[in-house]
Amino acid sequence: MTAMELVGSLGIVGYGLAAIGPGIGVGLIFASVIQGTARQPEARGAMMGTAWIGFAVTEALAIIGIALAFVFGFTGQA
Amino acid sequence: MSLMPLEFEAPGVHSFDLPPFFESAPWFDKYMLQAILSVFVIMAFWLIMARKNALVPGKAQYIGETAYFFVRNTMARDMIGHDFRRYLPLLIALFSFVLVNNLWGIFPFTLLPTASHVGWPYGLALLVWLIYNGVGIAKHGFFGYLKQTSLPSGVPVFMWPLIIPLEFVSNIIVRPITLSLRLFANMFAGHLLVLVFVIGGEYLLVHGETIINRVAGVVGLIFSMAIFGLEIFVQSLQAFIFTVLTAQYISSSLAEEH
Repeated sequence: MTAMELVGSLGIVGYGLAAIGPGIGVGLIFASVIQGTARQPEARGAMMGTAWIGFAVTEALAIIGIALAFVFGFTGQA
Repeated sequence: MSLMPLEFEAPGVHSFDLPPFFESAPWFDKYMLQAILSVFVIMAFWLIMARKNALVPGKAQYIGETAYFFVRNTMARDMIGHDFRRYLPLLIALFSFVLVNNLWGIFPFTLLPTASHVGWPYGLALLVWLIYNGVGIAKHGFFGYLKQTSLPSGVPVFMWPLIIPLEFVSNIIVRPITLSLRLFANMFAGHLLVLVFVIGGEYLLVHGETIINRVAGVVGLIFSMAIFGLEIFVQSLQAFIFTVLTAQYISSSLAEEH
């Protein structure tokens, strides 16, 4: 019996693993925005501005993952 | 029922390889054409805004003033501090250039964000890197700037061998890489998502074997419009983030020791 051969993109597996961190990070950012708005509703505007900056910086890692999965994920295949 | 091979060519990295318009000028492809057009559009916009100045603004003047005040208040003044006017033209130019070049991705005749070709974000990040390092060196001197960058104040001496390489790599090497890759990857992945929905939807609709495949194709094509809406949001956000981070890097280069 031959061993099972897996074909496909290793890059997508790498992206799936890499998306754990930014997923948790973005959830933490907006969780703190929700909590801060609950404590002090008038600070909502300033908090949302910072939240979007933090979101883009955290999301960058996940996006780099999906982009490089397409670029480097097919090495070793014909 | 046996599975038949698809004649479907999935969109991938090859979808972004566009040939030049003329063989004699290999640098003049669609990306370069969009960038040159964006320069004319931006210059026309800001020149018109700088000229017509009624005291009670009309609608067009209000839009231009809102854009200017947005960059000046949120990005330049709050981040850089009292010396911000020297860097305001740079920030406005960067914001306008990145925004217009991103928006070419949803404009009907071009439908390709310029930053999805990796050389364009690399060039912009190189410019920002030269500027924030140059500003820091001009203010603190070469070794003073290195000291200010790699060594936050108040760190005990035994932690210096750990902190100094870490801070140096993080501030001088990683910053331009993440700045460029953030912009590139967002534009690349967003455009690839649009391509998957449109090309996949079209293939399912036209070449679909069963009725459920064709309905799925129609749903895919309709949903691609929602993806376009998401792309507008992501492109604007990425232009904003690029400029905000440039202002932040300039501000931290200029920061005084406490």
